[in-house]
Amino acid sequence: MPAGPWGRGAVNIFQQLMVKPWQVEQGAIVEQLDERTFAQATPKVGLRLFLVVIMVLFSLMLSAYIERRVFSDWNSLSLPWLLWLNTAILIASSVAMHYGLVNARRGKVDGVKAGLSAGGVLAFAFLAGQLLAWQELVTSGYSVTMDPANAFFYMLTGLHGIHVIGGLVAWGRTMAKVRRGLDVGQVRMSVDLCAFYWHFLLLIWLILFALMLLT
Amino acid sequence: MVDAAHDQADFVPPAEVAEMDLYHPHSWVTKYVFSQDAKIIAIQYSFTAIGIGLVALVLSWLMRLQLGFPDTFSFIEAEDYYQFITMHGMIMVIYLLTALFLGGFGNYLIPLMVGARDMVFPYVNMLSYWIYLLAVVVLLASFFVPGGPTGAGWTLYPPQAILSGTPGSDGGILLMLISLSLFIIGFTMGGLNYVVTVLQARTRGMTLMRLPLTIWGIFMATVLALLAFPALLVASIMMTFDGLLGTSFFMPGIVEFGEQLQYGGGSPVLFQHLFWFFGHPEVYIVALPAFGIVSDLISVHSRRHIFGYRLMVWAIVIIGALSFVVWAHHMYVSGMHPWFGFFFATTTLIIAVPTAIKVYNWVLTLWRGNIKLTLPMLFALAFIVTFVNGGITGLFLGNVVVDVPLSDTMFVVAHFHMVMGVAPILVIFGAIYHWYPKMTGRMLNVPMGQIHFWITFLGAYAIFLPLHYLGFLGVPRRYYELADTSFIPDSVQDLNAFVTVVALIVGAAQLLFLFNIGWSMARGKKAGSNPWNATTLEWQTAETPPGHGNFGETLPVVYRWAYAYGLPGAKDDFVPQNMHPDQVATGGSPEPSGAAAQPAE
Repeated sequence: MPAGPWGRGAVNIFQQLMVKPWQVEQGAIVEQLDERTFAQATPKVGLRLFLVVIMVLFSLMLSAYIERRVFSDWNSLSLPWLLWLNTAILIASSVAMHYGLVNARRGKVDGVKAGLSAGGVLAFAFLAGQLLAWQELVTSGYSVTMDPANAFFYMLTGLHGIHVIGGLVAWGRTMAKVRRGLDVGQVRMSVDLCAFYWHFLLLIWLILFALMLLT
Repeated sequence: MVDAAHDQADFVPPAEVAEMDLYHPHSWVTKYVFSQDAKIIAIQYSFTAIGIGLVALVLSWLMRLQLGFPDTFSFIEAEDYYQFITMHGMIMVIYLLTALFLGGFGNYLIPLMVGARDMVFPYVNMLSYWIYLLAVVVLLASFFVPGGPTGAGWTLYPPQAILSGTPGSDGGILLMLISLSLFIIGFTMGGLNYVVTVLQARTRGMTLMRLPLTIWGIFMATVLALLAFPALLVASIMMTFDGLLGTSFFMPGIVEFGEQLQYGGGSPVLFQHLFWFFGHPEVYIVALPAFGIVSDLISVHSRRHIFGYRLMVWAIVIIGALSFVVWAHHMYVSGMHPWFGFFFATTTLIIAVPTAIKVYNWVLTLWRGNIKLTLPMLFALAFIVTFVNGGITGLFLGNVVVDVPLSDTMFVVAHFHMVMGVAPILVIFGAIYHWYPKMTGRMLNVPMGQIHFWITFLGAYAIFLPLHYLGFLGVPRRYYELADTSFIPDSVQDLNAFVTVVALIVGAAQLLFLFNIGWSMARGKKAGSNPWNATTLEWQTAETPPGHGNFGETLPVVYRWAYAYGLPGAKDDFVPQNMHPDQVATGGSPEPSGAAAQPAE
């Protein structure tokens, strides 16, 4: 059966649900069956599902943000310029991770190391930058209780920061594998998952940042 | 059904999931405590859930004592009563029912029934249990902090949940929010396992439409939970901000004891939307596994294939999808726009269609079946009756005009206890009587089970039918005592006393059930590997209870759906899912696993 980007799954799942399992000819379909619903490695399916859950979490927060904004006591926050730099850093981090992934696919250990290291360091730099932005806001008097816009800003960036930290834990484990000198084939899945996670982090951040800029 | 013949040369053994490392325990601790084996995790989940459930049971006794005999028990103050309500509700819905159905039955049954060695991410699965246990411990800790647990009601509505007049506003509410957040994190870890295992780790031949309905129910419930729990997490985080840091996400401007609080501008209704966006799917997170399990119990114990299997699967999926667009029917009295209520009333009543399809199909499965009144069957039948009763009162409450006068009365209490309290609990009992032989190798004692069943079933009706009537009389819910409310007749007090006595008896009967579980573990009748003559894979394992890795050397291969009962031409009245088609007529015993590798003569 031809496999699309989601394997047999995405298109075919409706066909799978149309089967009448009690019919006679259904007894003949054992050997041709692939056990998996999606022709993807299991950890990849797991990560995608997890990120769907995270996406729901952020979507709900953003809908609360949008609903809360219509009340009269909302005063838009003037975002510190540092956030632009942080955004650039996070983009660079994501690119570096992808560079690592490309090298993992080509079997080049050095490239994997370089990409992963740069990606991780940049992610740490992003976190540091976010903390600096917080500090700048606090010192100029924008406390968390002052205004609902502030409260949302701290909560959303904080949650995104926790999301980054979670990624860095996985990154640390992958780095440990690479440093132990494992074969590229053995770390490819980890690098793949990290890169995917990083792109997702970036996507969420861009959505958050855009929404905060626009409101 | 006549199975097509297979050529032995075509046989391909099922692929083990390549990326999955089967976990091997090395010591007693890693085997029974920090175990990554889904079966052990299931038992840990179940005992923890039942343990905390007993706390909630005792709380319900205390509430009933107060309602049945007011002014008698000096140790139950009004504040205690609110704390009992809150903790009873939260524990039962989340820490007992959700954890037991998904963490307990999900962990035990999914790998066995889909023909997998274990869950796909065993380490994450283990973490899931320990975080759940931590959530339970944090929840229990709130009984011991100054001020006690929160008394905000299980819905935790702001602003009162964090105002100082509410019991537990010091530490109790924060511990509750932390505990909920932990529960959600732990559940997400487990839930990813359940979903991905069903999707990716099924054995060869186990197509989606050959899955037993138990798996469909648990699978869909887990999907709902993964998508709905984030709403509760968001609400918990934001309320923690409000309570700890003084933000105003949910808190409007409030004057308390003549003093203007620093809060202002927040929206309490926003919390209600978030809460019920989780809260309504939660009903189906509990109900869908019950639907699935009861379908299998009815089929096995009436020796008949499930009627309308395909429609049953679709109904589960449709109910799951619809459950996300009905949440505001819990908020008709929040002052929302009438058109908004009209929309939600419509979607709510539409859910009755797939639900009714399921009920009809259960009844049609029983029709002309060879019904065996075993204990699981008794509980399954009791479930159908109870679910229909609870569902019908749901039609009342789903309509805005009927709901508004009934919303704050005992009628609502009776409705949701019937439909998502008693009904799923009956299925849990049925399921335990059904699968206990597989988990322990021994049958539960039948006479004790009969006593347990009849007291529980009749007792539940004796408790909750009168509450409907009290609701019609206008008896309000959540009230510590009625005192001399003029429109409530004095006889209400007699009925309340009766309900309390029955509640104590029904509660005590559950202790008999727990005793039976312990007693039968040592003295129950030996069960054998397949005491119910069932077709699904968990009954075909080499060992009972199933050993590490579930199946022997090779995984079973599946040739048919889970409901092959009474096939013409078959030797027995059931054909296991993994029996090779050539063996059906001769009844060659399905070898525990990998039986298909043996060609028939």
